[in-house]
Amino acid sequence: MRFDLISRVGAKLFLPFILLFGLYVQFHGDFGPGGGFQAGVIAAAMIILYAIIFGLPAAQRVVPPLVVEIMIPLGVMIYAGTGIAALLKGGNYLNYSTLGHDQVHAQELGILLVELGVLITVAGTMIAIFYAFAGRGR
Amino acid sequence: MDLLQDVIQHYNQWITIFLMVSGLYIVVARGNMIKKLVGLSLFQTSVYLLYISPGKILGGTAPIIGEGFSVYSNVLPHVLILTAIVVGVATLALGLALVVRINEAFGTIEEDEIFEMISEE
Amino acid sequence: MVLLTLLAVITIGVVRLRNLFAVVILGGAYSFLMASVMIVLDAVDVAMTEASVGAGISTVLMLGTLYLTKTEEVRPVHTPVLPLFVAIITGAVLVYGTLDLPPFGIADAPIHAHVAPYYFQNSIPETGVPNVVTSVLASYRGYDTLGETSVIFCAGIAVLMLLKGRRARKGAGKPGKGGKA
Repeated sequence: MRFDLISRVGAKLFLPFILLFGLYVQFHGDFGPGGGFQAGVIAAAMIILYAIIFGLPAAQRVVPPLVVEIMIPLGVMIYAGTGIAALLKGGNYLNYSTLGHDQVHAQELGILLVELGVLITVAGTMIAIFYAFAGRGR
Repeated sequence: MDLLQDVIQHYNQWITIFLMVSGLYIVVARGNMIKKLVGLSLFQTSVYLLYISPGKILGGTAPIIGEGFSVYSNVLPHVLILTAIVVGVATLALGLALVVRINEAFGTIEEDEIFEMISEE
Repeated sequence: MVLLTLLAVITIGVVRLRNLFAVVILGGAYSFLMASVMIVLDAVDVAMTEASVGAGISTVLMLGTLYLTKTEEVRPVHTPVLPLFVAIITGAVLVYGTLDLPPFGIADAPIHAHVAPYYFQNSIPETGVPNVVTSVLASYRGYDTLGETSVIFCAGIAVLMLLKGRRARKGAGKPGKGGKA
């Protein structure tokens, strides 16, 4: 697989668009189908495709395992931190209405932050699990 | 005619039950651990279907509010299942990791062979 | 209805096949079919997740495990009569139970009368988000999603604990890279 020209060129063509689609799904999730869970999985799928075609070391140069392992708790912390920020502003835990100057903006900001946290955790977990399985074989 | 109507009205649920029962059968009857995990995920996807299908309204549309639509399918099962799918794959990965470790410790993933090894010791 | 029947056919294949590689690939096809069924049932977000997770990630993970273990299942030594009996009884009871459920697709089933209309009426004025799935997921039911995210976090950590450690007997003390887990 490592020297298959067609899959290498094809993958190089596709990879940026997969990532772009993941980001589209993330940030357009308010208006169309999508959100943090799907975007996280799509971004992780991009890294996994890269690792399958170009080899695990190449993928680990792009996204080092340490970064992935930091991403897993970071997402949960962003999510919980959004709740705590709402708490500090005088609202209930995870009630975003106090985060901004009016209710709708505050809710949108809260949803954006929370989805970002979900994206980071999901992508990090999926990549970390894949690294663990693929690294076990050698 | 009554029977035909029953079949049409409950076809989704019956397919769901068939998938669920096949998953249960695989988990109980097969000794191979990867096959067992496949059976578990069959069971799991049947639960997704069980939740999603009563949320559908005939003539409704996807739950994204837009001009000109007034009937939307129920949104709550979608939200529950959306998170359940991702959690499902994370727990599946945990199961597979356990299988890998068992294979390294015993050299096999067949339940019967592992039981034999344990009883010999 | 055709899609659902295809799902049942694939399930029979999964039950009968003994080559695990074929089973895993059939599982991928099964997930794509399931995603199509979800689109027909109006659950576009769920369909997207199912297609990327079920057909993508879990197939890759299954193949990775097969690479680390074996791809052929041994013939079972027990006769499968008892499990088959249990499965058929369970199925019969469940089918009997469905006869009292409301039929598929009608608008006045009890599920549509509780909180769903509230979400549809208030999603735009309260959160400004047209995709109700997103607003319910992240705002109205934020606690649920926080819990789910934590479960994913725990599962990821557990997998790292199980697989990142050095091999107990074989890999005689060769310090690998990235062993920070």
